[in-house]
Amino acid sequence: MKALRDVFGETLVSLASTNPNVLVLDADLANSTKADKFAVAYPDRFLQMGIAEQNFVGVAVGLASMGYVPWLSTFTVFFTHRAIDPIRMLVAQTHANVKIGAAYAGVLTGLTGKTHHDVEDIAIMRAMPDMTVLAPADAIEGEAMMRWATEYEGPVYLRLARDPSPNVFDAQYRFVLGNTISLKEGNEVLLISTGPQSVRCLEAARLLEGQGISAGVLHVPSIKPVNKEEIVHAAEKVNLVITVEEHTIYGGLGGLVAEVLSEASPRRVIRFGIEDRWGESAPNDYLLNLFRMSAPSLSERIQKLVASLR
Amino acid sequence: MCVTTASGRRTLGTIVNSRRNMSTEDYQELEALARRGRWLAISTVAGSGAGHVGGPFSAMDIMVALYFRVMQIKPEEPGWPERDRFILSKGHSSIGQYAVMALRGFLPVEELKTFDKGGSRLQGHPDVTRLPGLETSTGSLGQGLSVGLGIALGARMRRQKFHTFVMIGDGELQEGMIWEALHIAPRYKLGNLTAILDWNGLQQFGWVLAINEPHRGDRRDPWSGIDLRGIFEKLGWRCIEINGHDFSQIVQALENVKASGNSDQPTMIIAHTIKGKGVHFTEGKHEWHSKVATKEELRIIAQQLDIKEALV
Repeated sequence: MKALRDVFGETLVSLASTNPNVLVLDADLANSTKADKFAVAYPDRFLQMGIAEQNFVGVAVGLASMGYVPWLSTFTVFFTHRAIDPIRMLVAQTHANVKIGAAYAGVLTGLTGKTHHDVEDIAIMRAMPDMTVLAPADAIEGEAMMRWATEYEGPVYLRLARDPSPNVFDAQYRFVLGNTISLKEGNEVLLISTGPQSVRCLEAARLLEGQGISAGVLHVPSIKPVNKEEIVHAAEKVNLVITVEEHTIYGGLGGLVAEVLSEASPRRVIRFGIEDRWGESAPNDYLLNLFRMSAPSLSERIQKLVASLR
Repeated sequence: MCVTTASGRRTLGTIVNSRRNMSTEDYQELEALARRGRWLAISTVAGSGAGHVGGPFSAMDIMVALYFRVMQIKPEEPGWPERDRFILSKGHSSIGQYAVMALRGFLPVEELKTFDKGGSRLQGHPDVTRLPGLETSTGSLGQGLSVGLGIALGARMRRQKFHTFVMIGDGELQEGMIWEALHIAPRYKLGNLTAILDWNGLQQFGWVLAINEPHRGDRRDPWSGIDLRGIFEKLGWRCIEINGHDFSQIVQALENVKASGNSDQPTMIIAHTIKGKGVHFTEGKHEWHSKVATKEELRIIAQQLDIKEALV
């Protein structure tokens, strides 16, 4: 179990040791995002850009045109809300080779409150042509995605949670762009999730088994592009599809699954997530309970849903 | 293609990449190129039924000096790694840049007719994915200087000697993102970066003119009474102030900054310009920010710009 932000900092250092073009641009949060590990290891390739997020996106585009592979590092909200215009025009519209390391995604952001929660970013970023959108579940997947993104020629948005989550993958894991991953098979309910929420879904599915409900879990690490056939195939095995995300229920993973299934294989899709409201400053357990996204909460909600359908 | 200068006809582009000192004839050639550039811009906009005029006209003389005299570039090899870079951050003046690029040989002059048409390489705002020779896409204002900063920083890290020029507008200078770049560039001591402020004093609509206020146009100068030079200098920029329509001042300033590319300060060339410069009825008129000339107007414009074949 390792925090994704530690993975971020350590993997940047590792990438830089083999790829001389890897640079890191920070907007003065390196000791939160853990890009400071890179600053210590490669001070000449760590570019402090100050508290000026729009500019640092543009600077990265210029550096990319010089053959560098710039990794941008700040909090998710400052990318998808403050700097979205240069991300759209300079990065996505020109297919610039810029990597967006979006730290502190979702609501579990260490007592920061609603100002620093980003629960709209998936909806925003997946609506953007030319953007690749990834959300790792654990440390192993996070590192694999960073290695893939550094090799890939084009813009990548990497959605990183702040805190540790238990590993669901092992050293054999290989990231394949677009593929979904079945974490658990089940024939009554299918939970579809992304990021570390997939780990909580896996725990909820195990609780459901204890209650006599067969629940599968499909992890979607690659929000965009995504292998739609795999979602359809997995959904067709069950009676009920439930999407779960640390994100608004509008336009994110729930939106994605509803779009895919309504076109290819119409069925009922229930979306669990943040229901059109803001969060608050509170410990992770409190927020998971508030938004009914902890494993026991999910299990309880799903039991009620299944009972109403049986 | 030939142009008429005061001393007779000579081949257009004689001045290209010439390292000799500028002669009277050279200046006349730049002036003739700028007149032709303005004609191509305004006649193209008329042909397409939409586009900008005022901004391309205020920026034209500087762009002609850059493309024909100052920048080391290869139109036949737009991606030449050692080329000097130019970014038109005020991307709505695209037709001005396209006209100069066409005259310089990056694209056929005939292609200007496709401006703003479906499938064209000449989009309403510069699109780097379509037209070789551009360095990035611009259009949403305030973003070009940041990209130029990144290129200049990358050049320093790669030990490349080329210079990066970014033209910004005084209207555009109201965007916060530019001020982010303005305070970061001096921290990295980027003497190989030059911003050129096309200070024409007018924007699309702006504010009404105040009584007794100095002005160059029919609306309020957005930075009237504000010491921009002082602000830039305090942020760490070297400043050169010029008349942006006087080729001797333009060429001298641009060659000066290129020669001091190894210095530890980025330069801001504050170019005092006139929106719509070159045609008496477009000068200083905010309505010509974006306007289509009538046939009668085009006839007068051709006369004023000395475009003889257009008068046939």
